[in-house]
Amino acid sequence: MSGLSVSGLSYAYGGNQALEDVSFSVAPGHFCALLGPNGAGKSTLFALLTRLLTSRHGRIEIAGHDLSRHPRRALARLGIVFQQTTLDLDLTVRQNLTYFAALHGIAGRDARRRVDAALDRLDMLPRAGEKARHLNGGHKRRTEIARALLHDPQVLLLDEPTVGLDAAARHAITGHVHDLAADGISVLWATHLTDEIRPEDQLVVLHRSRVLAVGTAGDIAAGQGMAERFLAMTGDGGTNGTALQRAGGSVA
Amino acid sequence: MTGHLTALRAIILREALRFVHQRERFVAALVRPLVWLLVFAAGFRAALGVSIIPPYQTYITYETYIVPGLCGMIMLFNGMQSSLSLVYDRETGSMKLLLTSPLPRWWLLFSKLVGSTAISILQVYAFLAIAGAFGITPPWKGYLTLFPALVVVGLMLGALGLVLSSFIKQLENFAGVMNFVIFPMFFLSSALYPLWKMAESSELLYTICALNPFTHAVELLRFALYGQFNAAALGWTLLATVVFTCGAIYGYDPARGLKGRKG
Repeated sequence: MSGLSVSGLSYAYGGNQALEDVSFSVAPGHFCALLGPNGAGKSTLFALLTRLLTSRHGRIEIAGHDLSRHPRRALARLGIVFQQTTLDLDLTVRQNLTYFAALHGIAGRDARRRVDAALDRLDMLPRAGEKARHLNGGHKRRTEIARALLHDPQVLLLDEPTVGLDAAARHAITGHVHDLAADGISVLWATHLTDEIRPEDQLVVLHRSRVLAVGTAGDIAAGQGMAERFLAMTGDGGTNGTALQRAGGSVA
Repeated sequence: MTGHLTALRAIILREALRFVHQRERFVAALVRPLVWLLVFAAGFRAALGVSIIPPYQTYITYETYIVPGLCGMIMLFNGMQSSLSLVYDRETGSMKLLLTSPLPRWWLLFSKLVGSTAISILQVYAFLAIAGAFGITPPWKGYLTLFPALVVVGLMLGALGLVLSSFIKQLENFAGVMNFVIFPMFFLSSALYPLWKMAESSELLYTICALNPFTHAVELLRFALYGQFNAAALGWTLLATVVFTCGAIYGYDPARGLKGRKG
């Protein structure tokens, strides 16, 4: 399938199991939130999805390309926003994006056109000439999202992209990325903040290395507030998960 | 292939920009060997006489002897500096950007290597220009024949830097690299004294010096600076480059994992 598909994925750091039999999929045009408390395995999952780590157990497909068999094809269709800022603070917004375009083999007029389009999409074009160091947290994030879109990825991964931002910036960025999903991109948004998730979003709840629930956020919340539901699910060791998992199914 | 070259150019440009932004680094890289050349060498000249050994055809002053060693020192420190910046890149996350590019990882690492080598070579020629101003000049064509040797040595030390950066987990551990890699490599080599002098004082130290790849790198530079070709030195330097490069490819293998250990 196109979009993102993960099946039977496991990973251990030595003897410590960090992920166990994780499966879910995100179809094109869907916003999927990956919700989990600290230590649930989100960062490990992101490292595997971006091939910073590889595992022999399980399979990851990005836009129909197997990440372990055809890593270059898969990575070429993947946009990534890491949790930590990865901008070169001494370079301008435009230089940062141009450098990234070059890492994807895009240069010259094509690169300029894509950089302008991506910055415009995130309302960052007026700041193209500013040094990254002088941007506020929200603008840095928007720059990174614009950068992740430069090569027209079909799948966009964001690892807790709103950490450290104020409420207004969080709201704006969450809205921008929902719009991107509406434009046809598969979005996987890792977070531990339940207020970033809309009832119609797809949701994967990760807890203690395992998938606790998969489905639509509204269904999983089951009439409760998302935060209360999430706490109830993860607070008691996740024993509530079994019934929920049955209720959910695939995020496709 | 165009995509590969685009990335190579961008990575080299970024290394160059970073270097320009760190003017202190350039000054420090020049001051270090100049202190050796103009202060230490003046003191040691009386104590150490250097007889006629290849590639020199006459008696030479100690300053003349250590110039190739100091070129090697610039490259050694620069290789470690780029290793340090790789560890820093990894801590700040910008390394992830590089490693998630769809271009082959070996090509990206090679581009980094070429970038840091180019910076090293610039520094060496700046140093030779200053040394020349103080009257320490090799034959003029030596400046040309030195270039390919600098490329090989730069790649070898850059590859060593890559290996170290893949195994050093935190920036704080870098002081250990200074103590256990840079200083032994530099002092247990022919950079500051000819190996026969070392053999006179200790056979064991002589053997270690002879096995040290940095010794061969310095000898390659020394011969090249005098327009001569030292096949053995080139062979050992190339061998070390291959070994270090394999180490770097292994070190950056995603199956080993490069990210922090957290869930």
